[in-house]
Order: sequence, then structure tokens, then C-alpha cells
Amino acid sequence: MASKKDSFGRTLFVVIGLCLICSIFVSTAAVVLKPIQQENKLLDRQKYILEAANLLNTKDAGMTKEQILETYNKFVEAKVVSLATGEFVDVDGNSFDMEKAARDPKTSFIPENDIASVKRVANDAVVYLVHDEAGTLKTVILPIKGYGLWSTMYAFLALDPDMNTIQNLVYYDFSGSGETPGLGGEVQNPKWIAKWHGKKLYNDQGELAIKVTKNPAVAQTEYGVDALSGATLTSNGVQYSLEFWLGKEGFEKFIDKARDGGLS
Amino acid sequence: MADAKELKQVLTGPIISNNPIALQILGICSALAVTSKMETAMVMTIALTAVCAFSNLFISIIRNHIPSSVRIIVQMTIIASLVIVVDQVLQAYAYDVAKQLSVFVGLIITNCIVMGRAEAYAMKTPPMMSFMDGIGNGLGYGAILLAVGFFRELFGNGSLFGVELLKKVSEGGWYEPNGMMLLPPSAFFLIGGIIWVIRIYKPEQVEAKG
Repeated sequence: MASKKDSFGRTLFVVIGLCLICSIFVSTAAVVLKPIQQENKLLDRQKYILEAANLLNTKDAGMTKEQILETYNKFVEAKVVSLATGEFVDVDGNSFDMEKAARDPKTSFIPENDIASVKRVANDAVVYLVHDEAGTLKTVILPIKGYGLWSTMYAFLALDPDMNTIQNLVYYDFSGSGETPGLGGEVQNPKWIAKWHGKKLYNDQGELAIKVTKNPAVAQTEYGVDALSGATLTSNGVQYSLEFWLGKEGFEKFIDKARDGGLS
Repeated sequence: MADAKELKQVLTGPIISNNPIALQILGICSALAVTSKMETAMVMTIALTAVCAFSNLFISIIRNHIPSSVRIIVQMTIIASLVIVVDQVLQAYAYDVAKQLSVFVGLIITNCIVMGRAEAYAMKTPPMMSFMDGIGNGLGYGAILLAVGFFRELFGNGSLFGVELLKKVSEGGWYEPNGMMLLPPSAFFLIGGIIWVIRIYKPEQVEAKG
């Protein structure tokens, strides 16, 4: 096969030409499809925020894209909070990207006690305030994340305005291939999510008391949630995520302020 | 242009008699990973078929210009570009499924079926037949994926395409799901079983002992 097409110049020409064509092809697709992809991502996130706030209608055919957007814009207010001070900062919550901020050393820090394996945390975080028709605060939604068995698990923790009673814990995204379907993946099972309704985060002494546990006696108390069977590490991941994000390197300051009536 | 008989052979041959998974034992990795649900198996089939068909087509078009010293990397470049595009399209138009398939769409790049067909067929066959060969192999891959997905979702989760058929005990029904079906190793047993059944009917596929 020592024909002309195997000459050095010809090889170089074919390879460079092919690379050029392929790169144009790939980048065109990426650029053209990007707006649609971002819209999907945003819509997906908004859908889960509505689910956390009990505003998502899952019956019948569910909600259309327009209904999700309309409900979200009507009731949900995204605000940015400084984790260090617990105060709101003047940034638009809908365009603030926590993940991007967490990757940039200038806008993030490395937590000292990284029990949830989050690696880096953005200095600021988005919280979602959900109001009802009359404008009364109904739900405060905090985004949390932490490592499970195989992946980083992202969730929305929805609290009553007393910052103690849990409304929902909704897992909405996993890095990589996610948790094992049927085992750790059950964090998304509505039956399990229902176990969080009405549980309390803090005991009477104001200490963090919520516990994902295998002990049925503890699981029946108002601070206990039954762990997922067959998914110990995922359950631990949920527990650590809560402890981290409610702790002093997470939303502790914000929760203190909000509990003292800082939100109304 | 090839006659109809050859076309049929290229298109339907890989489904049973020359199945890339069952006979050639290629592409096992993704067959384990994406078959816990019919929906993901289906989308993966479509993605792989599209990549395989178009990579065969493009490689066949330029087959007389590919320098033999760099032919594998040229094939890889074309395949990788197609996979990225497919991944982007899925993220734009089938976001939920794309989220579930996650890394496995990207891994089509290393799928031996695509590489194998490019190197073994498209490099020496005209474009139209190569394209058909890609579709045929995609279908053969998909046939196994869907068969495995059918058993895994039905017995592991009591549903098909997300529609509940066997009501699970955990939701107040009678069916105790077989948890192992949801784990990747179960696909090994199923694929093994499928290969066994195919070889009962096609004894010529059994390797000579020796």
C-alpha cells in the first residue's frame, strides 16, 4: 500500500483537513444547541424547586413548560446569600451560578470540615423564597449537595419559615452515573421523600438533631428518617449533606438570621 | 449499486445471525449499563445506530483518501465528533433521558461495534452499503439491549417504559421486585441466556472446541 496517499504531505493534509471539518461540525452543533440545553437545565431545576415547594402538579399529564415557568415566576423569588454573614447580597439569584462560583478560587473556599465531600463551596449561595398568593412567605428552599456512593447528589431542602420544619427533601441531580437504581437511587422515590414531611431539624435545645437512621425507634421520632435499605452509603451521604449545609460552613448564619424574623 | 438481496443481508444479518453482541460479544459494557430501563435502552439504541450509520457513511466516503498509517485515529476523530453531536442533541431535545444516560453516550466513542464496523466494513465498501451496514448493526445491538431491558425493567421494577404493569409490594401491590435485575450483573446472565437460546437454533455459531 505504498501508494501516493501514504506520503507524508498527503497524510498531514488529510489529518489537518479532517480535524478542521470535524471541529467546525462539533462547535456548530454545540453553539446552535446551547440555548435549548440551558433552557432545559433551567426548566428542570425550576420544576424541582416547585416540587420541593409542593407547587408541582404531577397528576394527569403534569405541567407544561409554560405552566412551570409561570408558576415559578409568580411564587418563587431567588435570592443570593453570603454564607459567611448570612446576609442577602445584591446579586440576581436567577442568573447566579453556584457551581461556577464554587470552581473559581476567588469566589469560593475549601471547607475545613468537609464531611459531605463537597471539595469547594461558593462564598455565596442561592436560596429560594416561596410566597403564596397573598405574598406571605410559605417555604424557604436551600440547595444542598454531598457525595453519596457513586456521585455527588444535589438536592433542594424545603423548610417552613420557622427554619425548622422540613417540607421536602428533593434530589434533582447526580454527577456521573448517579446512585444505584433501586437502591441509592431511591432517594428520588416519592415514598421516601414523603418520610421527610414535617420532620424537625433542631431539637428543643437548638441542636441539629435530624438523623437518617436504621433504628426504627429513632425513625419514628420527629427528628428521625428511616434510612434506605441496601443503600447505607447513600443514606450516610444524605445525612452528611444535611449536617454540612446546615452547619457553620453552610447556611447556619442565614438560618439563625431567618429564624429571628430576618425574612419577613 | 448492490442488489436487494445483498442489501437485506447487510440490514438484517446483524440482528440474529451475525449479532454484534450475541455472536461477536462486542459492546457489552454499555449493554450492562443502560438496560435497567426500556427508555434508556431505546434512546441508547437510537444514539448508537445513528453514530454507527453515519460514521460508516463518512468513513466510506473518504476511504480512498485515508492514509493507512493514521486510519484508526481518523476513524476515531469522525466517530468522536459524531458522538459529541449526538450527546448535544440529546441534551437539547431529550434532556431527562440524557441525564440518565450521562456518561454512556460519551462512551459510544469507545464502543467496539462502531470501531469494528468502520475498520472491517466501511473501509472497503461504498458509502450507501456502509450506511446500511451501520443501521443493521445498530439494530442488532438494539435488539439485544431492548430484550435485556425488557426483562430487567419488568422484573426489577414491575414496569415497561415507566408504565407500571406489576404493582410492587412497596406501593401496596403484590409484586416483590427482583432487586438484582436492576444491578448491572443481571445483564450478564440475561445476555448469556440470549446467546444460549440463539445458539440452540443456530448451532453453527457455537465455537469449535479445541
